[in-house]
Amino acid sequence: MTDDATGRLDVRKTYKLFVGGAFPRSESGRTYEVTAADGTFLANAAKASRKDARDAVLAARKGFGAWSAATAYNRGQVLYRIAEVMEGRRAQFIADVLAAEGGTAASAASQVDAAIDRWVWYAGWTDKIAQVLGSANPVAGPYFNFSIPEPTGVVVAVAPQDSSLLGLISVIGPAVVSGNAVIVIASTERPLPAITLTEALATSDVPGGVINVLTGDPAEMMPWLATHADVNAIDLAGITDPELAVSLEREAAGTVKRVRRPAAGMDWSAEPDLSPIRAFVETKTVWHPMGA
Amino acid sequence: MTFEYAPAPESRSVVSIASRYGLFIDGTFVDSSSGSTFTTINPATEEVLAEVAEAGTDDVERAVQAARRAYTEVWGPMSGRDRAKYLFRIARLIQERSRELAVLETLDNGKPIRESRDVDVPLVAAHFFYHAGWADKLGHAGYGPAPKPIGVAAQVIPWNFPLLMLAWKVAPALACGNTVVLKPAETTPLTALLFAEICQQADLPPGVVNILTGAGETGRALVENPGIDKVAFTGSTEVGKSIMRSLAGTDKRLTLELGGKAANIVFDDAPVDEAVEGVVNGIYFNQGHVCCAGSRLLVQESIADEIVEALKRRLSTLRLGDPLDKNTDIGAINSAEQLSRITALVSSGEAEGAERWSAPCTLPDRGWWFPPTVFTGVTQAHRIAREEIFGPVLSVLTFRTPDEAVEKANNTPYGLSAGIWTEKGSRILWMAERLRAGVIWANTFNRFDPTSPFGGYKESGFGREGGIQGLGAYLTTEVTR
Repeated sequence: MTDDATGRLDVRKTYKLFVGGAFPRSESGRTYEVTAADGTFLANAAKASRKDARDAVLAARKGFGAWSAATAYNRGQVLYRIAEVMEGRRAQFIADVLAAEGGTAASAASQVDAAIDRWVWYAGWTDKIAQVLGSANPVAGPYFNFSIPEPTGVVVAVAPQDSSLLGLISVIGPAVVSGNAVIVIASTERPLPAITLTEALATSDVPGGVINVLTGDPAEMMPWLATHADVNAIDLAGITDPELAVSLEREAAGTVKRVRRPAAGMDWSAEPDLSPIRAFVETKTVWHPMGA
Repeated sequence: MTFEYAPAPESRSVVSIASRYGLFIDGTFVDSSSGSTFTTINPATEEVLAEVAEAGTDDVERAVQAARRAYTEVWGPMSGRDRAKYLFRIARLIQERSRELAVLETLDNGKPIRESRDVDVPLVAAHFFYHAGWADKLGHAGYGPAPKPIGVAAQVIPWNFPLLMLAWKVAPALACGNTVVLKPAETTPLTALLFAEICQQADLPPGVVNILTGAGETGRALVENPGIDKVAFTGSTEVGKSIMRSLAGTDKRLTLELGGKAANIVFDDAPVDEAVEGVVNGIYFNQGHVCCAGSRLLVQESIADEIVEALKRRLSTLRLGDPLDKNTDIGAINSAEQLSRITALVSSGEAEGAERWSAPCTLPDRGWWFPPTVFTGVTQAHRIAREEIFGPVLSVLTFRTPDEAVEKANNTPYGLSAGIWTEKGSRILWMAERLRAGVIWANTFNRFDPTSPFGGYKESGFGREGGIQGLGAYLTTEVTR
């Protein structure tokens, strides 16, 4: 595209995956065409393969170690930093969302604002989850007994297909806030805001592997991820084919994965509550005798 | 030195067992529609205790409809205060009939009377007391200001703690305003049927609690019935997975409490005698029929010989025999089927090269028994180190550093419980943070309390039972977004 005023030919971006903090192409070399809501060509996005998905699991498992061991205070600062970096790129996100979803600039702006504010909301949760979901338990005996929520582990989320940025962040946020690592498969037809997000993540002090973003076809990757022994939970938010959702849920049973299946037609702009955070935490209870 | 003990049997006359039991549907005992029955057997004597109705699909449908009616017409609309009062009544009745329940549990299950009397039944009463108090305070539990029940809960429980598992399921479900259809295990139906009588004595409205006896097919018909809203299952990981598969794509909510292969980790600074007592309690309590049993002993290499020797010495003093005898430590294996599973896994341990030692005790002629057994020289690749045996069999492995202990402890698809024995407080907390298991016992093992949530990580299941966290399994979650 040429700028009408200056006649300068613009520099286009190559859209790649985001795995382990790096930006690889798909190992398969495949790409697919991404068009704007009005049908014009936008980019060739990487079409991740099952091998890319497996690499992402390795990266996420590594990321989980560091992220879950970080202090809640530190995690909060890192998540808040994402909001800061996104705020600085607000115009770019609005342009991306507008191109992907169509509609008006005002509606795209309100989506981006809500997405940034969502990070602020989650950033404030990191050091409160344990106090809200944990407990000191008054057992009938001379024991000190407490329960704390801990992250489930590696979460694979299929981002909503319609809401390309706010929906995406609405599935990443509740998983990473408690210390999980996430592999998210971006909206297939609207993946570019997700790629722009990865650029914000890469400059936000998020440790490599904590948030991994794949683009491509969830129907191709998810059967491998739903059966992968090192994946602890799956979020089927963006699976639109009900038969695929059922089969993934069935396959997840083989390793007793936690499965989240948000209600169809979810309004991602509504204020979130605790339920998606609860979906990806485990309660650990510790007993210790008391005595002099 | 050995001590001689005179027999000290608990009298079984406190409990009268009917020769036949029906299904408990809509407040009354009825025959199964097919007329089909099965027998329940005392595993310590192989004596037939009673004939019990076997529920089929039609019976499941009747029970689910009764539970639905009770939910929509009576229990759902009832005030929390009144639900609480019913649950307090039940708790009191359990206390009043505790000796009867304990004897019946021991007869049907084979566990020592000392355990059913001092552990199972008191905890059952405590569970009803604890949850009774929640019934009118649910708005304070962190699930929103006015959380709602889910509806009709299908509950399937195992044979290892028959009445306690019933309490873990029924008490929170009822407190939260749900009605239930519960299926006890086919080898241990009797205390659940006595509980049905207690519901009658409490004047619990008909249909709030329904009890269907039967085996796997009954359980399958129950969890697959389209009229239920929620499934709570405790049992094997294999069956748990199949239930999860069968519920895929439905709106039924699910919680699973499945198997385990817990590590009990002993550091070189642990007091030996205390640790050995804890290891013994960890794996030989209830004949090892405990999903959270400490079936893998991870002992620091420098004290491994000392611990194993002390362990064998202690195990040699355990008394195996008549479960009704108040001095009995080790009761009967619950069924012939379970005994053959234990025997098969023990044979695999021998075949794979681990060294077996069994306590020198005489096994009774009748009934199903297995002596307390320890395997040394076990590697992580051995089946006895990976598979749940669900019997009095301990696998001993060693470690050198805390990091190695964590790695070995977590090297399992299960994650139900773990034990840590050390005098060093900072190490306990460091270990507790790293062990991927739902319950961590430090310098103790196999403690349970209704205020203390219980449940697993990974393939040990999901959802919690007990505590404020356990209520979540029986309340509609906030709008999920």
